[in-house]
Amino acid sequence: MDNSTSNLKKVLVPVLSVLLGFLLGAIIMWVSGYDAIAGYKTMINTAFVNPQTGAINPKSIGEIFVTAGPLIFTGLGFAVANTAGFFNIGLSGQALCGWVASIWTVLAMQGMPKLVVVPVAVIVGALAGALAAAIPGALRAFFGTSEVIVTIMMNYILLYMSTHIVNNVMSESMIQTKGVTKNIGLEGSLRTEWLGQISNGSRLNLGIFLAIAFLVLVWFLLKKTTLGLEIRSVGLNPFASEYAGMSSKRTIIISMVISGALAGLGGVVQGLGTFNNFFVQGSSLSIGFDGMAVSLLGSGTSVGILISALLFSVLKLGGQGMQFAGIPPELVDVVIASIIFFIGISFIIKLFIDKVIKDKKAEEIDLKPTPSNENNEGGTI
Amino acid sequence: MDLSTIASLVTQTLIYATPLILTALGGVFSERAGVVNVGLEGIMVMGAFSSIVFNLSFAEQLGAWTPWVGVLVGGLTGMVFSLIHAVATVSFRADHIISGTVVNLMAPSLAIFLVKVIYQKGQTDNIRESFGYFTFEGLSKIPVLGPIFFEGTSLPAYFAVAVAIIAWFVLSKTKFGLRLRAVGENPQAADTLGINVYAMRYAGVLISGFLGGMGGAVFAQQIAGRFAVTTISGQGFIAMAAMIFGKWNPLGAMASAIFFGFAQNISISGSNLPVISSIPAVYLQAAPYVLTILVLVIFLGKASGPKANGKNYIKSK
Repeated sequence: MDNSTSNLKKVLVPVLSVLLGFLLGAIIMWVSGYDAIAGYKTMINTAFVNPQTGAINPKSIGEIFVTAGPLIFTGLGFAVANTAGFFNIGLSGQALCGWVASIWTVLAMQGMPKLVVVPVAVIVGALAGALAAAIPGALRAFFGTSEVIVTIMMNYILLYMSTHIVNNVMSESMIQTKGVTKNIGLEGSLRTEWLGQISNGSRLNLGIFLAIAFLVLVWFLLKKTTLGLEIRSVGLNPFASEYAGMSSKRTIIISMVISGALAGLGGVVQGLGTFNNFFVQGSSLSIGFDGMAVSLLGSGTSVGILISALLFSVLKLGGQGMQFAGIPPELVDVVIASIIFFIGISFIIKLFIDKVIKDKKAEEIDLKPTPSNENNEGGTI
Repeated sequence: MDLSTIASLVTQTLIYATPLILTALGGVFSERAGVVNVGLEGIMVMGAFSSIVFNLSFAEQLGAWTPWVGVLVGGLTGMVFSLIHAVATVSFRADHIISGTVVNLMAPSLAIFLVKVIYQKGQTDNIRESFGYFTFEGLSKIPVLGPIFFEGTSLPAYFAVAVAIIAWFVLSKTKFGLRLRAVGENPQAADTLGINVYAMRYAGVLISGFLGGMGGAVFAQQIAGRFAVTTISGQGFIAMAAMIFGKWNPLGAMASAIFFGFAQNISISGSNLPVISSIPAVYLQAAPYVLTILVLVIFLGKASGPKANGKNYIKSK
């Protein structure tokens, strides 16, 4: 098949997946007796429009970027590991490490200038995420242990550890009430006064700018550096890379460390930007799994991740508004899950596109499995 | 520690182990057929949700039988829900991990959405008909063992043990089991011998859905007593851990599920027991997960599990 068709498919598959996800959401709403069109209208209105004036609402636009920041980071984290051929399901746990570590650092550095506290807390958070991801990476490299299982298990280990840290380890001066830390002041926060002002009092913070900077950085790392080349070639074929003189063990660990550091930064932005404190979590952080979805929808590219993170933010925020139309906001998460489902079965969607395009070459549809299937590491589980 | 403390420890362990046993057995069937199922957690959620809704709706008519029929309803719901995973992985060549994650993401949102549609609130009421405790008349008269294992104990636990034995028999002694395992080890060879690989894999995933749904239903009706978004929180993953710990063998999975049930129980109710009360809860809570990682590292390494597990089979023309 020629290049234009395959490029078209690259764009069409995610677009169709999103449309199908919305369609499924609409069907669920209709079956449950809701007006789907009114529901989606409320969603869009909540995300963009000020209910009083009917004009564009800078506060909710600000909140869209607030939600997108951590998602971009976890999405990038998933993308880096995935490029090297690994499934990092542990983004939730790694982000949690970043969140706890950064808040802890700020609370421990009370009284020091913002220019010192914030960078240190950001770095500590990234390192915490990197450390959490280094464990499954190292186990994978040296023992061949499935990173999928190890990261799933670690999500829970880290979840219980974070609760333990807040309840039993942190000094009492850092705790507000049981299970909730004190708020970090503006001197430890990614929020700034002017960002709050321009967005009409939203929680808009430097996190989104940091995220965009890392979108560029990761693109540069993967496409323009030797390390990026190694990561990509290990992802395509670890044996050939080893033969070409690259150490696949080293690359496995490095790519997991980068992935974990990015996920950790997602947690940092969530902590120092969105919430300004840490509170005991009942289940794995949703930014982990949503980040995976963002990355899959954006097919792992920087531009794709940016667009899909913004789309997911609109969905999440707008979904909260659906309850004013009487529709449970959980519907949005069903839509998000089904979007990933359609991305997952993209093989069928591609076949469908081929049929519709009626290209003469459609007869030569490649029935071989896609590379991602061949590299599927699930076999060692 | 006196006899009654031991007896209650055994009973509580069995109660916590039951959902894990059933769900882990589900995992064994799916993975033996070559389909990785990280969606067990989501399947349990659907089983828990549907059984509670059933229990609340039919407790008046069915009385004491309600939870048992509820388990059946949970199993069937889990089976229907696992169709998503089966269609995606077996027919549509989706990545098994992505598809399983979709199952996990979809289930809690869908279940809470439906709870809100049905009850106009975020969680259900408490059920009135739960499993309660059961005494085996006669067996309970046996000295020492009777009071520990057969008096005021959990009947679903014995049901789960029976299912484990049946599962072992089916997998290792029947034609169906042999075919299922062949498909998970070497689908090409199985296909050559005329085994329908796709049908076998569908069977494996659907059985895992049925057992996982039952597991969720038992948890909801015996331990939680209602359905909320946090009702199932990690049990599906512990069941998966039990399956790996038990080396994909039904009896091994059962034994490790009982062990993990013990760990789960004492992390919740261990504060009354000597020694255990001095251990911080975090260690006991994390124990199943840490042990699984250790087992994978120390005992299993690379050569583990069914060979074609997680690999899509594409029949060539």
